[in-house]
This record gives sequence, C-alpha cells and structure tokens, in this order.
Amino acid sequence: MANPLKCDLCSKPATVHLTQIVNNKVHKVDLCEACAQAKGVTDPSGFSLADLLLKASLNPESTGAAGVKCERCGFTQSDFKKHGRFGCPVCYETFRGVVEPMLENMHNGTAHAGKIPHRALERKSFYDRLTKLELDLTEAIKSERYEDAARTRDEINQVKQAFNQLAAR
Amino acid sequence: MTISSLIDSPSELTDTSSSKTAIVLMTRVRLARNLAGHSFPGWAKAAQREEIFEACRTAVAATTQMKRAFNVAIGDLSELERQILVERHLISRELSGAKSGAGVIISKDQAFSVMMNEEDHLRIQVLRAGFNLKKAWNSINDLDSALEEHLDFAFSPTLGYLTACPTNLGTGMRASAMMHLPALVISNQMEKVVRAVNQLGMVVRGLFGEGSDASGSIFQISNQTTLGESEADIIKRLGSVLQSIVEHELNAREKLLEADAGKLLDKVGRAYGILQNSHLLSSSEAMNLLSLIRLGVDLGAFPDSNRSVIDRLFIEAQPGHLQHAQKREFDPGQRDVLRAARLRSEFANFVRPDFSFNNNDKN
Repeated sequence: MANPLKCDLCSKPATVHLTQIVNNKVHKVDLCEACAQAKGVTDPSGFSLADLLLKASLNPESTGAAGVKCERCGFTQSDFKKHGRFGCPVCYETFRGVVEPMLENMHNGTAHAGKIPHRALERKSFYDRLTKLELDLTEAIKSERYEDAARTRDEINQVKQAFNQLAAR
Repeated sequence: MTISSLIDSPSELTDTSSSKTAIVLMTRVRLARNLAGHSFPGWAKAAQREEIFEACRTAVAATTQMKRAFNVAIGDLSELERQILVERHLISRELSGAKSGAGVIISKDQAFSVMMNEEDHLRIQVLRAGFNLKKAWNSINDLDSALEEHLDFAFSPTLGYLTACPTNLGTGMRASAMMHLPALVISNQMEKVVRAVNQLGMVVRGLFGEGSDASGSIFQISNQTTLGESEADIIKRLGSVLQSIVEHELNAREKLLEADAGKLLDKVGRAYGILQNSHLLSSSEAMNLLSLIRLGVDLGAFPDSNRSVIDRLFIEAQPGHLQHAQKREFDPGQRDVLRAARLRSEFANFVRPDFSFNNNDKN
C-alpha cells in the first residue's frame, strides 16, 4: 500500500475521510480520530467542512505556494504533505504561508509565550554584528579607505573581547 | 556504564515508589530542541546527521547532570538492549529503529535521558517518580539552560523553538503523567474520561505512548498543544486535569467498594492466586494481574512497601527484560513460560492478602 493518508491538521495517520459539497465544489478532508473528534466531524450537525477549509487553507494548491522550495535545504511543500514534518528551521520562514493558518487549529495560540534562550540569542546578535563588521572591513580595504578599515578592525576586536567576556561569565 | 549495570542500578522509576505514587506512577517532561542552521534529522544527509550527533553528544556529555552517564550510539546496541531502554521509557520506539548517527545519553540515576537525532536533534527528557510536574520542569529547565551555553538552538521570537513537526512548536514541551486507573477501567468510565480530557486539550495514550494499549490500566496523559502558552501555564493546566482524574479514580474505588466489595476483592485475591500458580502468562495478562495487586496495595490488602515490587515487575515482565535476564532471545510462547516462572518465584514469598480492612467482608 502507498503511504497512508495523514491527518490534515496534525499529520498522524488519518482514519476519518470526509467529502462535502459546498457551493457546488467538492472538498475533501482527511483527519485522525482525535482531530476529527475535536473538530466535531463525528457530529455532522455541528461541523462545517467549509469553515475548516477556509480557516486552515488545507488545500495546498489553493495557497499558490506549491512550487516553493526552501533555499537552505531544498525541501518542498509536497515533501511536507508527504512527511508531515519540515526539512530545517528555515523552512518555517519559507513556508510561512502554509504554517500560519495551520497553527490556529493545532495549538492554543499562534505566538510563543514560553522560555527564551537568552544566551543563544545574545551569541547570535554577536555573530551577526561580527559578520557585518568583517564585511565592512573587506569593503574598506578594497576601496582603500584605510582609516575606516583601522576603525572597523578596532571595533571588531572590541566586539570579540565583549563576546569572550560573555562566554566566560 | 554498561546496559547491564544500568538495569541493575536503582532507578527513579523502579525504586522510589511509595504511597505518594499510588495513582500517578511517574511524571515526565520532555523538550524538543534543534540546532540552528542544520536540517532536521529526518531530512539531513547521513554525513550531516553524524556531524549533528557528535556536536550534541559532546555538549550533553559535558553537563553536570550527565556525569558518568550511559552514553551510546544506537547502532552499538543490540536489538534486545534497545528494547530494554524502550521498556524503561528511556528511549522511544522511533529512536530504537533509527539508522546511523543517532544515540542516547542516560544519567546514572536514569532520571535524565537525552535522545539525539530522533525526530528532532535533541529530545531532552526527565522522569520523576510520583506526581511531580513542577520539580520535573525545574530540573529539565536547568539541563536545557546548561545545553544552551554550548548549543545554538533554532528559535524564532514568534514561533518559539523550531521543531521538525509543527505540533511541537513553541515550548517544544510535552509534559505527561503515567497514571494507574484500575477503578475507572473496571467501572467502564475510561471512555468518558478520555473524551473529557481531550476536550481540555490533553491527550490520553497507553503505557508505551502512541498506539500502545493500556494493559495494566496504565495510561499516559499529556498536553496536546505546545504553542501560545508558557511552560508554567501548560504545567498548571495539566496538573489540574491530573488532579481531577486522581479524584475520579478515588471516587470510583470507593463506589466499587460500596456497591460490591466482594466482587472487587475477589479480583485482587484471584490475581494473587494466578500470579502464585500460573505456568503461562502473556505480557498483557501479567500486566493486568499486577495492576490488581497494586490496587490491592492501595486498598490496604498488602503493605505499602510492596508497591515498589509491583512497579519493578511492571517493567521486568516486559519481553526485553525477561529475555535479557536469560541472556538470550526466546519466541513469544517461550516468553510466556518464562514470565509465569519469574512471577511464580516473586509471588512465592509475597505476603498474603489481608482483607480485614473491609468491614463487610466476614471472612
């Protein structure tokens, strides 16, 4: 058998397959048991597929992003449909249009409210600063602005020193 | 540390049980973390997986929590050894089936385990005996912060910790409790409980997680959602759901005793008899019998100190542990013989049930 269909909401194996005709258009949804219950699919009167589709834009074709590919890892949207998992952290930027509508149904909110890795973020802002300064330095040397270059080099040393102090803290 | 010494040393799960662990056997919190700038394990090429594994392994092994830990690549473990770690809830089934470039580090007391290149680069887990969500969260938070000193985790200010599956986004935290709910099972209330718990945004699973059955009346209850709330809020919400399940279970026990004490005590007494005398026991029958003895301990038919014996047997009656004790593999039919023999010898000297706590019981 081919890959079993995955739940459109949470990517567990789908056991509930629903087809509804709304405004003369056929809509199909595959859900796992838990999501089907949560969405009230087992109770036909309380469930409208149209709501679910509108909210979640579950149809990959309808988002117009089917051809998008992650620049960092080469992951495509059809890969996501198949695996239910993303390729790399950058995919969340690449497929933002697909992820965001999904989150509302999947979670208890759409914005992070928990722990923040402060130390890792401090390090990242240092890396970013250094990368930018090193670019400036190369640029200054290339265009023979040696005073700028000297100043930038001093600044790089200062940033590195601050970084080492932070790391030793 | 070797797998044999790991099995023989006392562990959080099997040796700390007391009356405080009567209904909630253990609590567990796990965090999903990934390294920025690297493909998730399921999408990374073999060479990348190795590189990630080594980076994580070095960082994890350097933490104080993992001093003299059990540190191993999955490929270096036999099938049986992997199964043992699954049965002790120290690795997942998914990791036990992983290819190259995956592994686990388990702390000496088996309270912490960090899986590497499972679904995410890191799955950091802590196990605590009894109902101890806050303590579990605090200790895993410390380990996570220690790792953060050396690893750049993939993180977005809006989506939180970035995980392979969007269902784990945000906190990346799954907190769960393993609960023993025999009275709710006997009185056919579990379905109702599962439905109510689902409505509160929590999930109920069997003993070994997704897709496993609930033999032994043991269930895992965990949070469904990970994004939009802080860790403390999720834990608070889960805690109050667990508390109300505990109350329902206690009520169900009282009702069973009121309605027909004889019927309930008969189950406990028969379980004792079968465990002492049977010659063939399947894994799920053994679990169900042990569960009734455990209920007997809670009701006062056996001394409190016997609860930890049952908790140890819950694990040692599993196929991996049984075979490891014999130092070779057996087919399922032979395992049932082994299991019965093992339990017969355990119960030969097990204190007899004393049903005098029940005033209506004239015998």
